[in-house]
This record gives sequence, C-alpha cells and structure tokens, in this order.
Amino acid sequence: MNCDEVIRELSNFIDGELDAATKHEIESHFVECHECKLVVDQTKMTIKVFCDCEPVELPGDLRNRLHEGLRRKLREATQ
Amino acid sequence: MPSPNILLSTPNPHKLPSTVAREDEHLLVAAAKKGDTAAFEELVSRYERKIFRLTMNITGNREDAEDAMQDAFLKSYAHLKNFQGDSRFYTWLVRIAANEALMRLRKRRPNQVSLDEPIKGEEEDLMPREIQDWGPGPDQRFAQTEMREILSSVIEQIEPEYRMVFVLRDIEELSTEDTASALGLSVPAVKSRLLRARLKLRQKLDRYFKQGGAN
Ligand SMILES: [Zn+2]
Repeated sequence: MNCDEVIRELSNFIDGELDAATKHEIESHFVECHECKLVVDQTKMTIKVFCDCEPVELPGDLRNRLHEGLRRKLREATQ
Repeated sequence: MPSPNILLSTPNPHKLPSTVAREDEHLLVAAAKKGDTAAFEELVSRYERKIFRLTMNITGNREDAEDAMQDAFLKSYAHLKNFQGDSRFYTWLVRIAANEALMRLRKRRPNQVSLDEPIKGEEEDLMPREIQDWGPGPDQRFAQTEMREILSSVIEQIEPEYRMVFVLRDIEELSTEDTASALGLSVPAVKSRLLRARLKLRQKLDRYFKQGGAN
C-alpha cells in the first residue's frame, strides 16, 4: 500500500471496519512511514477533542425562552 | 420532516457512546405520546443541551440555532405518534433537529448548501502536505473554554456538506446508516464525506496543535 491508499482507508481503519489483512498492511506501512502514522494519530485526536467537548448548560435566558415558548405553543395546540 | 424508517444501527466502535438512554426514557416517550406535556418537557430538559450544540454546530449562528432547536422540539412533539421506538428517541430527535438547522443554513446561504451527491471526484489527492508533529497531549494545552472556541471556529470553516456528516457521525454518534438516512445520502457518500471532513478538520486544528503553534 502506498500513502494515498492508506489515507483513503483512514476512516475505515479508525472505525475498525477493515478486514485483518488490510489492517495489517496499514500497520506495516506505519513502520516505514512516519507521516501516515502522524496523520492517523492526529485524525484520531481530532475526533477525540470534538467528542470530549461536552455540551454546556444552556444560558438561563435561552432555557427560559425555550421552555416558555414550548409550553405556550403546546397549550395552543391542545386547545 | 424526515421519514421515521430508521435503519438498524451499528455502534461507533472508536469509543463508547456517551448518550446511553436512561432506563425510563421509553416511559417518558409513551407518556408524551398520550399528551403528557410534563413528560415531554422532561425529555426536552434531557436533550436541550445536546440539541443546541447540534444546531449551533450546523448553523454557526446563535439565532438560527435557537429557532431550529425550538422548532425541532415542537415538531418532534407533533409527530411523536410516528416515532416507532425501533431506534433511540435521541437518534430520531437528532434527525429532526439536523433538518431544521440545515433549512436555516440554506436560507442564509442559498447558493452554497447542497447535500446532493456527487461533490468531488475520487481522483483528488487526499494526502496532507507538510505534516507536523503535534507532540504529546495537544488537547491538554488548552483550557476548556479556549478549546470550545477553537472547535466552533474550525468546524464553521469547513463546507456544510462535510460538516453535517461529521456532526452527525462523530459528534452525535449516529451510525453511518442513520446518518445516510437522515441526510438522504448513500452510505458510500457518507463514508467519503466523513473521511474528507476528518482530514479537513485535522488540517484546521494543525495550526493550534502543532508544537509551538498558534496560541
Ligand atoms: Zn505513508
């Protein structure tokens, strides 16, 4: 496998969707190619930082607007 | 309104889902279906933070994100009888919210947002250039609020067709099949866009994470 082929399989590699032979080929490529290894590790890190970023509490005013708006519209809808 | 025929999910294998349903969720959904608005409001309270993050990530605009969130909850209540319970309630809600957010994004940028396939040939060169070492724990070098700002800034910089797929797959942890069905795309198109989205975001984060980088 060359670098381009490795990069095309990068998502499947990260998501664990490759057969054992292809996975092994990619891992062997990493032994010789530091750049592809960096791209894979950095892409994993990219996904991780987005996943680790927990949603924040809604600001109080926004939460009030949402709930009051929903209550009002649900009341209107059921009348 | 997205159709409710949600395909079987395969879990995202690179980590455990952070959105495990609480056991009483189906009870709340059943009560809400019967018109119990308090039960519905409890569901809203559980998911409002995540849904707002989703609509913010897609629209990049506070006002649109707020409207999209409110309409998503209203529509989900109005269409709750169509929810079959063969998928997670959250997955179903995410589809509705993603569509509401996308509609507003399209209104703001009418000529820019197309999810139609195909968008790119397969011949393009995907190998990033000038790959630099990020060193150990680049994510540990930033305070939480600073990291949030970085992430919302980089995600807004990539095109909506890539952003949508990344948001649903990697942030909201929908399966490839659910993402495809929510966006009306084929599974290969979702995979192809997810790969490009991940590579684009990696490239955008490079300036913050490389050693001695911006900060
Ligand atoms: Zn390589």
